[in-house]
Amino acid sequence: MSATSAPHDARPGRSTDPALRGPVDRPGSRLLHRMVWLRLSLLLSAPLAWMVLVYVVALAALLITSLWSVDSLSSEIDRSWTLDNFRTLLENEVYRDVTVRTLAVAAAVTVIDVAIALPIAFYMAKVATPRVRRMLVVAVLTPLWASYLVKVFSWRVVLSEGGLAEWSGLGSPGYGLTAVVITQAYIWLPYVILPIFAALERVPDSLLEAAGDLGAPTGMVLRSIVMPLLIPGIVAGAIFSFSLTMGDYITVNIVGGASQMLGNLVFINAGAANNLPLAAAIAMIPIVVMLVLLTAIRRTGALENM
Amino acid sequence: MTLSPLARRVLAVLTFGVLALIYLPLLVVVANSVNPSQSMTWPPDGATLEWWRRAAHSDGAREALVTSLQVAAISTLIALVLGTLLALALQRYSFFGKDSVNLLVILPIALPGVVTGIALNNGFKGILGVDLTLWTIVVAHATFCIVTVFNNVQARLRRMGTSLEEASADLGAGVFTTFRLVTLPQLRSALLAGGMLAFALSFDEIIVTTFTAGNGATTLPIWILNNMFRPNQAPVVNVVAVVLIVFSILPVWLAQRLSSDVEAAR
Repeated sequence: MSATSAPHDARPGRSTDPALRGPVDRPGSRLLHRMVWLRLSLLLSAPLAWMVLVYVVALAALLITSLWSVDSLSSEIDRSWTLDNFRTLLENEVYRDVTVRTLAVAAAVTVIDVAIALPIAFYMAKVATPRVRRMLVVAVLTPLWASYLVKVFSWRVVLSEGGLAEWSGLGSPGYGLTAVVITQAYIWLPYVILPIFAALERVPDSLLEAAGDLGAPTGMVLRSIVMPLLIPGIVAGAIFSFSLTMGDYITVNIVGGASQMLGNLVFINAGAANNLPLAAAIAMIPIVVMLVLLTAIRRTGALENM
Repeated sequence: MTLSPLARRVLAVLTFGVLALIYLPLLVVVANSVNPSQSMTWPPDGATLEWWRRAAHSDGAREALVTSLQVAAISTLIALVLGTLLALALQRYSFFGKDSVNLLVILPIALPGVVTGIALNNGFKGILGVDLTLWTIVVAHATFCIVTVFNNVQARLRRMGTSLEEASADLGAGVFTTFRLVTLPQLRSALLAGGMLAFALSFDEIIVTTFTAGNGATTLPIWILNNMFRPNQAPVVNVVAVVLIVFSILPVWLAQRLSSDVEAAR
């Protein structure tokens, strides 16, 4: 907050703040004290300008670019409106296959992560002693921040020929889609555990005890009391893992063998293939999927859990 | 609800088992940094510091490290200022469109990485016509780092309440004096924690970075990606990976310590 940015020409008589209390001597400060809207707009203007100019404008420009095309001879961008890119996406089988594959991988990763995260979060929140709980939270949080690239790299090493997976006797699936699902499920697991854990922590123990005292068997307590309260946390975690998997293309490059996901197509078209409009059109697929998902879950209150 | 001892034990085994699995691949990377075999076959037969020596003499890796530190430092600074302003606005005031602003802050991390990447790439290259440099990476990183600072500061503001600020105003302090002497000191550790998380986030980021980094600026993750598939560079990449683990885990561990100290002091 900068002390010099308050304009001095606004009229001080328009105070909207009834709680004008202390004697304030500097005019800038007094003005800000009285005018709530002025204080608010000074606070909001810089960050909002950044987010709108950098991000919203970039997303809007992306939409517009997806309606342009590239001149095949000069490889210059032709700025006349056309739906050709989207027609290509619908008619070309490659794009359909890759979209389906990407969504399937994202769904598989999400299901695996939620299935693993539920019991772990439950143990952390409801079974472990407070001391163990604190330790576990740190243990889950720390790898979350360890380099994403290093984690993918470590799985490349583990799954490599002569690597740990083969040596351990479990065998390695080799580089391919299975390796992608394993690696992605590994990387995003902490992102799923944490919101579910947070939701579980808010479920009061007394509620579970009361249900038990009233004769509900454990399974019933979990099903009809814990689960409904957990939905926002689960949805938040699922959104994270789904979105993060869908937008990933580095993992596929490193452990995916020859398979491709949507991200690869975006990256190739933006770079080597020099077709920004097509790249923009492909990027619309995950955007639309995410917008549909986010709108659908808005009512569950999961957004506040992120 | 009472859990049978067996159920408790199963849950405990599952939890600690999965946690061990989470750390295993990272430990393999650390172990491989001293693995004498260039193709990193397992188990290692012996130990060597050869790769560490080579990594220390790798100019490419050192330059990439400096670039990464610069990018992370500048983006964190921008994120600290913008994230704090946003948190103050959203936590202390109610206004039309508040929910939309809230959503807008989350969007850069809620939308898939390629989307943020291609949108900014297209914005810089296709629309503005600027070359991709270190500064385009900074703009991209700052945009998604804002949310970590915002989250930390907002949580702190919520717990702080407004009574101290009101008391300060009642006693005659101006808006800026109150912010400097009352609000800011209470926010200090939240800012430190949020800043360190933002730093770690930026230091590691690869997907958006590949879209916003030109030929001139190579961050450490990009250097790793470029060298990972070269057989004679792989062991050096492995050493750099260990450095990256340390650099990203340390700030988070410190941030954890900071916030738990505050919890304890509360």
